[in-house]
Amino acid sequence: MAGRTEAILARKGEIMKRALGMDYAHFERSPIAFDYEGMMAAHGYSLEDIIRIQLAAGVGKTPLLELRNLTDLIRSYAEPGHGARLFVKDEAANMAGSFKDRRASISIHAAKEKGYAGVIAATSGNYGAAVSSQAARASLDCIIVQEAFDSRHVGQPEIIEKSRICEAFGAEVVQLTVGPELFSHMLELLDETGYLAASLYSAFGISGIESLGWELAEEMTAATGAPPTHVVVTHAGGGNTTGTARGLRRAGALSTQIVSASVDLSGLHMASDTDFNRKSFTTGHTGFGVPFATWPDRADVPRNAARSLRYMDRYLTVTQGEVFYVTEAMAKLEGLERGPSGNTAMAAAMSLARDLPRDATVVVQETEYTGAGKHHWAQLNFARANGVEVRAGDPTESVPGASIVIPERPEQIRAKDFDMGKMRRSYVRNALAHAGEGYTPTSEDIEFLAADTHSDAESVEAIIASLKEA
Amino acid sequence: MEDTTRCAAGDWVEVERVLLEPADRAVNLPEDTAAQPLRMWVKGFARTAATVGDELTVETMTGREVTGTLFEVNPGYFHTFGKPTPELTAVGPDLRARVAAYRKAGG
Repeated sequence: MAGRTEAILARKGEIMKRALGMDYAHFERSPIAFDYEGMMAAHGYSLEDIIRIQLAAGVGKTPLLELRNLTDLIRSYAEPGHGARLFVKDEAANMAGSFKDRRASISIHAAKEKGYAGVIAATSGNYGAAVSSQAARASLDCIIVQEAFDSRHVGQPEIIEKSRICEAFGAEVVQLTVGPELFSHMLELLDETGYLAASLYSAFGISGIESLGWELAEEMTAATGAPPTHVVVTHAGGGNTTGTARGLRRAGALSTQIVSASVDLSGLHMASDTDFNRKSFTTGHTGFGVPFATWPDRADVPRNAARSLRYMDRYLTVTQGEVFYVTEAMAKLEGLERGPSGNTAMAAAMSLARDLPRDATVVVQETEYTGAGKHHWAQLNFARANGVEVRAGDPTESVPGASIVIPERPEQIRAKDFDMGKMRRSYVRNALAHAGEGYTPTSEDIEFLAADTHSDAESVEAIIASLKEA
Repeated sequence: MEDTTRCAAGDWVEVERVLLEPADRAVNLPEDTAAQPLRMWVKGFARTAATVGDELTVETMTGREVTGTLFEVNPGYFHTFGKPTPELTAVGPDLRARVAAYRKAGG
C-alpha cells in the first residue's frame, strides 16, 4: 500500500496538469517568483463574463442588509461618537447556501466548456455543496472527498450535514478518516476518472469571488454614497480574502480596509485523530488561516491563486464562544439565522465597529446556511458530548479543545489583532526554504515577495537580513 | 420488519474499505493518527446480495465500481439541532432590552 501511495505521488505533476486543465510551469519566473496576474488572467474570463456565468447559474446578486439593531446595540456600549454602521452580504441566499457557489460556478463552467465528464473536489465544507449543486445543473458527474470521521467513525455534525447535502445533489461522497493522505486518494480518483480538479485554490475558484467584492462595493455606494470603509472576511485558506479584495479593487474601492478574521484554534493539531472532534469549527479557523497565509503554495495546486497576505490589512482572531454568542444574537436581533462558521467575521466586526467612528461602515461579506448539524446548538451539544467544557463567562479564559466560554455580555466580544509582521516574516522564511538552501533572491524575487506580503522591498530585505542572522 | 443487515442486488448501501494500514501511513503524522488505519466509506448500488461484513462491490453515483465490506444498508442521516444551549437562552431577551433602552434614551 505504501508503494501505491508513493507511486501515485510520483505522478502528481502529470495528473494535476491534466486535471487542472493548465500548465502552471508557464508562469514560473524563479524558485521564488511567478507571474501571479498572468496566471489569474489565463482562463480568459473577464469580470463581466464571470458575472454573466454566475447569473445563469443562479449565483450572486445576494441581498446587502444593514444591521440596524446590532449597530444600535454596539453604540449602546461604545465610547461616545463610536460604533460604525454594520452591514452583511447575505451569501446564504446563493443556491447551495454560501459564497462557495461563486467559486464552484466558474470551475464547473470551465469543466463543461473544456469537455470534462465530471469534477472532483476535496472538501468537508460548504464548497462540497456548491460544487455538487453546480455540477448537477451542468449535468456533470461529481465526487466530493471528505475528511469526515475520527477513528471511532464519529463525525462532526456539520460535516455529516455536508455529506448529506452533497448526496442530495447527486454527488458521490467519499468519506475518509483523519489524515493528509486524503490528497493521494484524490489523485487516484482524478487519475481513474479523468475529471477536472475543482480546486478551491485554482484561478477559477478565486476569480469567482471577485464578483462578491465588486457587488458589495457597488451596493454600498448606492446605499451610503461610498464604498465601505472596512470589509471583514472570514479567513481560512485565503480565497475569500483574496477574491473579495480583488473585486473591491476592480470596483475602485482602493481605500477600503481588508480585515480577515478567524476563530482561534491555537494548540489543536489539524491532523490529530483525537483533536479532530474537539473543535467546533471545521473552517474559518487559525489552523488553516495562519499556515495558508504564511505559505499559500501548500495547496493542492502548484501555485495557489489565493494569496491572502497580499491583500490583508489586519488579521483578527475571535474565540469559538464569541462566534456562537454572535450567531444567537443575529438570529434574535436581526432575524438572520445563519451558520456559525460564516459568522466568524461578524464577531470580529462587532468588536471592530465598536472602536470605529459612527460614520465608518463595516461590511461582513458573507453568511452561510444553517440547519440540522450546522446549527450552533448542534455544535455546542456535540462539543459537550466530546468532553469539551461549555460555560458562560469571560471568553478570554477559553482553551481551544478543552473549553468554550460563551460571553455573558456583548461588551466581552473583543477580537485580537494577530501580528502581521510575524506573518510576513514567516512567509518570507517559507519562501526562502522552498527555494532551496544557498539560493540568493534576485531583485525580481524581492519585488514579488513585497507584493505577496503587502509590504515593500525594504521591509522584505530587512526580514531576509534578520533571518540570516537568526 | 425491514432487515437492516442484508441487502439485495440493486439496493442503496454503504461499503467500508481500509485504504492504508497504520504501517503504510504518511510520515510525520501525530502519534494518535499514525496508530490508526486510513479508512474510507462510500455509498452506491449493491452489485450482489450481501450481509453486513461481507465483501461487496457497489456502483457509485458516478458509475465507479468500489469494493469493500458491506457497512450499512440504506444508510440515513440522523444529525439534528439538539437542545437549546442554556448559556445562550438569555441572549435574545437581554439584547432586545438593551437596544430598546438605548433607543428610549434617545441614542
